[in-house]
Amino acid sequence: MNDKLHSVKLDKELCKGCTTCVKRCPMEAIRVRDKHAIIINERCIDCGECIRVCPHHAKKAVVDTLDVLKNFEYTIALPAPSLYGQFKGILSDRNVILTALKHIGFSTVFEVSAGAEAISTLTNREIRKSKENLPIISTACPTVVRIIRMRFPSLIPHLLDFRSPMEFTARWAKRLAQEETGLPLEKIGCIFISPCPAKATAVKLASNADHSAVDAVIAISEIYPKLRTAIKRVIVPEDLAVSGSPGMGWAVSGGECKAAAISDNLSADGMENVINILEALENEELPSVDFIELNACVGGCVGGVLTVENPFIARGRIKHLMKATAPVLRPDQCPIDDVNWDHSVEFDPSLRIDSNLSDAISLLAKIRDIESRLNGMDCGACGAPSCHALAEDIAKGFATEDQCIFIVREKLQGLLGQHENPDGTAEPAVAKEAESEEQA
Amino acid sequence: MEDLHLEFTVVPDDFTRAGEVSGKVKKTLKDLGFPPLVVRRTAIAMYEAEINMVIHANGGKITVTINPDVITVVFADSGPGIPDIGLAMQEGWSTASEEIRDMGFGAGMGLPNIKKSSDYMDVQTELGVGTTITIKIFTNP
Repeated sequence: MNDKLHSVKLDKELCKGCTTCVKRCPMEAIRVRDKHAIIINERCIDCGECIRVCPHHAKKAVVDTLDVLKNFEYTIALPAPSLYGQFKGILSDRNVILTALKHIGFSTVFEVSAGAEAISTLTNREIRKSKENLPIISTACPTVVRIIRMRFPSLIPHLLDFRSPMEFTARWAKRLAQEETGLPLEKIGCIFISPCPAKATAVKLASNADHSAVDAVIAISEIYPKLRTAIKRVIVPEDLAVSGSPGMGWAVSGGECKAAAISDNLSADGMENVINILEALENEELPSVDFIELNACVGGCVGGVLTVENPFIARGRIKHLMKATAPVLRPDQCPIDDVNWDHSVEFDPSLRIDSNLSDAISLLAKIRDIESRLNGMDCGACGAPSCHALAEDIAKGFATEDQCIFIVREKLQGLLGQHENPDGTAEPAVAKEAESEEQA
Repeated sequence: MEDLHLEFTVVPDDFTRAGEVSGKVKKTLKDLGFPPLVVRRTAIAMYEAEINMVIHANGGKITVTINPDVITVVFADSGPGIPDIGLAMQEGWSTASEEIRDMGFGAGMGLPNIKKSSDYMDVQTELGVGTTITIKIFTNP
């Protein structure tokens, strides 16, 4: 299994080599080299922040298209609950959306919110019987699991070792389809309609399972135009909805806590907040809670980078839809009981600067020495997110000091025999470089 | 290989920055590849001691010495000193003000937690002069 697969890729043609993504990446996983951004695969957690912030739309998610439907005799659309918040005017009957999914080519539809509800019931039971591992941390967001594996390994024992709603629902839907159609498993395709690239990576990696039950992942944004048109043409919607309202609430930050009816809980969303909570939990400075729900995207899955609608508008619509649905969990209909991971996840040491402790300490001394010669502005002009990151790249041999424009300026001034103005100012090196490029 | 020395200043009474130093050291230890539990124990002990300096001691200096076998942290302040170290070591004993307790600090678990999370702790204190706490966390205890 290649543990370094990712679903975030760069379109070199569109990349202008600006440092917007470099600065915003929470893992410092991006550098600009030769006028283009590169993603350091080992550090990427598929949060999608670079896709979100790129002003040139050069960062793309690698997901499937509707063409995958041709690969199967029978296809099941597994819509993420966040899909329900994407369409104007749908505030009471989500069957319109589910029916339209069939009209654009799927044989049937099975709601991921149904699987989410089954998991909510089991989560509640798990927390009641847990004593030592509290608080339990939700594992529904793959980006959160990934950052814990890399940056907060001491918290791995707190992870809820349950399959994600997507995986769990795929197993459930496949079982039903097999019974109904009599087809062999390989002719049945489960296609997840995803709000984010992290879920696509989770399917490819299946880091806690022997294999993923999901056969393909299509972005909400990819099917949105077709689905929008199909929705307008639905005259009599089929009754395809199976979940109650709590499962739909999983689309929104805090919804998982509510669905699992855990009163002593904490939920946080957005990478910065997620990291702060994990830091605090690791330092034992959090108040005691039973359950922690973390979502990488602001607002929860409705804030996923592959959604179309503004997350706060989508959240409002989902609340309306939930009001129009019975507030009951329906796990009694669920025939699947193997909710647990096939195996636990492991510490991913990719962030270590060296695998040998002594060598790492020597290397850090070198990094600190280099860093002391950089001016600490963290300007990003070198293509690294901070002076410390550049110092680390230099120490490891991936970069040179000449990438720092301030060091180059000093060298040039030395060569030209120029000195700083009496008031301590000097002509900005950036402007000089730009001018000379224009002339050339 | 030489030991790595890191030095930090703790600013008094600024709760928005409380935990900043322990956070930085934690990141450094993770980058270096210390075992996750060693990092976590150091972080817990350091966070407690750093908060103590913010609440009680008018800030101070934290010095961290790192080698592959042991992490040594010295917290030195010129605060009021601890009048009765025996009492301060008891869980739940605290001199923190109501105001500070309302912020969720000052539960009287500071020194006991620092001791619990480290492999060695030494407290030198003199009234009116200051307190120096030295802790060690061994990589392979």
